[in-house]
Amino acid sequence: MKKQFPLAIVFIAGMIFIVQFFSPAFTPIQERFTHWYIVVAVFAFVLGLANLTRLNLQKIHRQQEGWIYSIPLLIGLAGMALCSFIFGIEEGPFVWLFNNMMLPMSATMFSLLAFFVASASYRAFRARHKEAVMLLVAAVIVMLGQVPIGSAGFMEHLRLSDITQWIMAYPNMAGQRAIMIGAALGVVAISLRILLGIERAYLGED
Amino acid sequence: MPKRKGGIPTLTSKAPTAGLLSVMVALFVFSLVPTVTWGQPAPRPPTNLQGEDFPLDDGRRIQLTWALSPDDREGGLVEEYILLRSTKEEGPYTELPYSIPLGSDSYVDSGEVDENGVTVVEEPRNNIKFYYKIIALGKGGVRSEECLIDGPVVATRQWFHPGRVNMLVASIVLSLLILFFIWQASLGKELYIRPLAGLEAVQEAIGRATEMGKPVLFIPGIMDMDDIQTIAGVTILGRVARMVAEYDADILVPCSRSLVMTIASEVVREAYLDAGRPDAFKPDNIRYLTDDQFGYVAGVDGIMLRERPAANFYLGTFYAESLILAETGASVGAIQIAGTAMPSQLPFFVAACDYTLIGEELFAASAYLSKEPKQLGSLVGQDWGKLIFLLFIIIGSIIAIFNQLNPDLISIKSWFEIQ
Repeated sequence: MKKQFPLAIVFIAGMIFIVQFFSPAFTPIQERFTHWYIVVAVFAFVLGLANLTRLNLQKIHRQQEGWIYSIPLLIGLAGMALCSFIFGIEEGPFVWLFNNMMLPMSATMFSLLAFFVASASYRAFRARHKEAVMLLVAAVIVMLGQVPIGSAGFMEHLRLSDITQWIMAYPNMAGQRAIMIGAALGVVAISLRILLGIERAYLGED
Repeated sequence: MPKRKGGIPTLTSKAPTAGLLSVMVALFVFSLVPTVTWGQPAPRPPTNLQGEDFPLDDGRRIQLTWALSPDDREGGLVEEYILLRSTKEEGPYTELPYSIPLGSDSYVDSGEVDENGVTVVEEPRNNIKFYYKIIALGKGGVRSEECLIDGPVVATRQWFHPGRVNMLVASIVLSLLILFFIWQASLGKELYIRPLAGLEAVQEAIGRATEMGKPVLFIPGIMDMDDIQTIAGVTILGRVARMVAEYDADILVPCSRSLVMTIASEVVREAYLDAGRPDAFKPDNIRYLTDDQFGYVAGVDGIMLRERPAANFYLGTFYAESLILAETGASVGAIQIAGTAMPSQLPFFVAACDYTLIGEELFAASAYLSKEPKQLGSLVGQDWGKLIFLLFIIIGSIIAIFNQLNPDLISIKSWFEIQ
């Protein structure tokens, strides 16, 4: 029963979503299920918050490695929550903290990507075998084809921007579509396995 | 003092008290007249208001069309239109708070919900007769005469979407193929599954972590449980966690969604239970970090640098954070196995990870790792589905080439369009 009940819920909910795609009359039921999902997610959010708070308090208490970072985390968590409860989320200190602390910190993390792209490209473009050589050549053409220097001086005659467009529109697009088609088939297969209860790893059963 | 001839008589020519009284009376009379209509001509009304059931829905929408007011033009008298609705022809009519700009000659009435989710206007109900009126609103709020709809409109629900027959056929064919091979596998028939290098390496990666005495880090993407890639990631987590439990290693699962954390926690707990080692399960290792994309990246990078995991798994939906995670993982010397169906992130994983599961391989991974015949059968069905798609692509390409030469020959494009 412990396994059959969740399997039955999965089957019914999954079938409703599938049937709704082909029968618009089932849209209200599907919307009802979506609302239930949101309710469940809200309860799970409380669990997530409790988990985060407990683990960081524990870390401070035990003075584990990096415990000092848990203090600003908890202060930030409580501070933002208090600001939103007292002053609202449309204006006031919550918005100020969000715009002047959250956004710059997120932007800082995002900007690291530039450096990681350089290091990953260096590793990927080492011409160790013929596929890597092809990748390197294509990447150099596409890079040069998208910057002004690619059409400056003698390189104008190479028509790199035209070659770039061709690479992006045909080989690249074909590859992306192949991945998407394969993924769609994979989605059908895994959905069937889950709906029919063949795939039960998420319930901890082989 | 010369008397003013003609014009407006001056009030001050009488006693001051009587003049003041006259002013007050005049102001009172003016206040009774709607100030909005003062001095503004009413626009001519729109005409020919028609309504019909909105096609292919669940009977909660009505499509309305009308002929524009002759004053609906640039610099004209019309500012916007107002719709009124009733369930009886004689009324009373409720004004709908939709703002329909000038130049619009149609509208879909589907009710309205404000930003807090509160219903402002109820949606039209299925199989109920509705009557509508439309009014043109002029400058200063002057209203035109009303234009009543010609007869009631009824919203009806549709039980089948004819524009999705092709999708239904494809789904049935694929499902039957997969079910056929699952059935074949359950009969004990030997099925060939092509080896996937990334999945062959899972055991090796966990073994390495065990030997080094370091944890395994598993990241099920950054999306929630309504994303199929996250579901695939969580099913793989079940298999990986079981191996980790059997090898007596540790697994860390930082999550960016609290619902994923809750489910991942249960999955890992059950995996330890199945492996016969419930005492080794550490609930604190499955933790929620934050919903914020880059806050999560910072948190996971911190875990990688502190805990130095020996094996990293990135299986699920990833966006811009993919490369930051994978490069940090590479810098701490972990074996890295990634899998996603996001085409834009795959190159980053290919560049920075040791093994990458591309698209469908992510969805096949759990079945592949289970080695269970029924699950493997579904993979064979999936491969046959791919073959059918391949044939369609080849046939479609040939027809498209002939179509370029003679457009009247045959057009199959509409067969593949989904509404």
